[in-house]
Amino acid sequence: MSEMRRVTAICNGTVIDHVPGGQALRVLRMLRITGSQSNPVSLVMNVPSSRYDSKDIIKVEDRELTQDELDRLALIAPAATVSIIRNFTVAEKRVVELGDEMVNVARCTFSNCISHGDREPLPHRLKVLAAEPLELRCHYCGHTQDIEGLVENLL
Amino acid sequence: MPRPLAKGMSKDLITMDDLSDDDIISLLDDAARLVPVAQGNVHLPLLEGKLLGNMFFEPSTRTRMSFETAMKRLGGNVINLGALASSSVSKGETLYDTMRMVDGYCDLAVLRHPRQGAAQYAADACAIPIVNAGDGAGHHPTQTLLDLFTIKQAHGRLDLDVTLVGDLRYGRTVHSLSHALARFGARLTLVSPESLGMPSEIVDDLKAAGSDITVSDNLHSQVATADVIYMTRIQKERFPDDDEYLKVAGIYQLSKSDLGGAKGSMIIMHPLPRVDEIDSDVDGTAHALYFEQAANGVVARMALLCRMLGADIPDEVTA
Repeated sequence: MSEMRRVTAICNGTVIDHVPGGQALRVLRMLRITGSQSNPVSLVMNVPSSRYDSKDIIKVEDRELTQDELDRLALIAPAATVSIIRNFTVAEKRVVELGDEMVNVARCTFSNCISHGDREPLPHRLKVLAAEPLELRCHYCGHTQDIEGLVENLL
Repeated sequence: MPRPLAKGMSKDLITMDDLSDDDIISLLDDAARLVPVAQGNVHLPLLEGKLLGNMFFEPSTRTRMSFETAMKRLGGNVINLGALASSSVSKGETLYDTMRMVDGYCDLAVLRHPRQGAAQYAADACAIPIVNAGDGAGHHPTQTLLDLFTIKQAHGRLDLDVTLVGDLRYGRTVHSLSHALARFGARLTLVSPESLGMPSEIVDDLKAAGSDITVSDNLHSQVATADVIYMTRIQKERFPDDDEYLKVAGIYQLSKSDLGGAKGSMIIMHPLPRVDEIDSDVDGTAHALYFEQAANGVVARMALLCRMLGADIPDEVTA
């Protein structure tokens, strides 16, 4: 299969490569790509990878994901590489950037945190303490976040 | 727009991390000078014209009353949130909206709330300074100030052997106090049942700061070596069910007969209210300092209010 494209090249859009194997559906959820939009989305899951045991690839046609959207990937795919495709060529390469804080990406995993209050309007803020392994603390309650639990709390 | 900060301190006091070591020491010195004012022997209206908002979303006796006493002894005034049933909170108002309203009424607000992180949240919402008076099982830094003041008054220093006992998991007073004591070189012994141990992120922070920490489940083995025994109540209201509470209720108790081997200078503290942790026969011993500790809440909070509201305390406070 190595000489064959598993998914055809796209004309315009975004290609996300080096997503850890099996995580593509979570990535789509994180990027709020639900399938209800009309643009085509292609997935390749669990293909051999030199970086991971296996990797997933996502191709989103006719949509250029913003840097803000891509930075959300840091939670589960910090090493993902992103290509913006225009007219079948790579117009831009983007990397996922883990800043000092993740704002409105996920809700704090501590259920008694004030950020779980009904209709409270301030943003959900998680401070980045360490990148490798990822360590996050809630700006409000100070609780260290369970990363697996956090993925379930994506906004 | 945020208002100017008082003397370079953070606008708000959410955790003890908002105070530098120098801030803490100078606040304790200020508190010592304000004792005659707290006792009503000197009239010193440094906060005349200032208004404090007491925002207690959870029950409180000592903290609410001592903030009110502190403000009024310094010539300021206080408004209270009042009973939750008669406020807009019962109609579903968000904490954000309630605090934005108070932001327009007062010069400073003191907040106690059952949800952790509420004080930081309010501080982000408001331009006025916010003082955390307890956020769920989070932090209670003004209790720490009065605790440090009490220890320093008794021992003259803070680099001591301090044993923290009881509910270290949900007890916000010990969360703030352990951080502060560690900064001043205290050696901490954490005594609790396993289910009520100090939260791992706090232990990790303390160890990362190079603190000398011992973990134990035996109170009586600590009595002979401790300079301070800090008892806490097992808080029934923080348990998800009665069965879990009953497993650990009454697990640590001190009575006069337990204190035979203690150092003469050892002090026993408790943030109060107590249930059965300290027998009343301890009250008459020289070790018992919990009522003085409660009284010290007024001077400690007076010093803090002056600092946060930009009032300079004279070098000598005399009649």
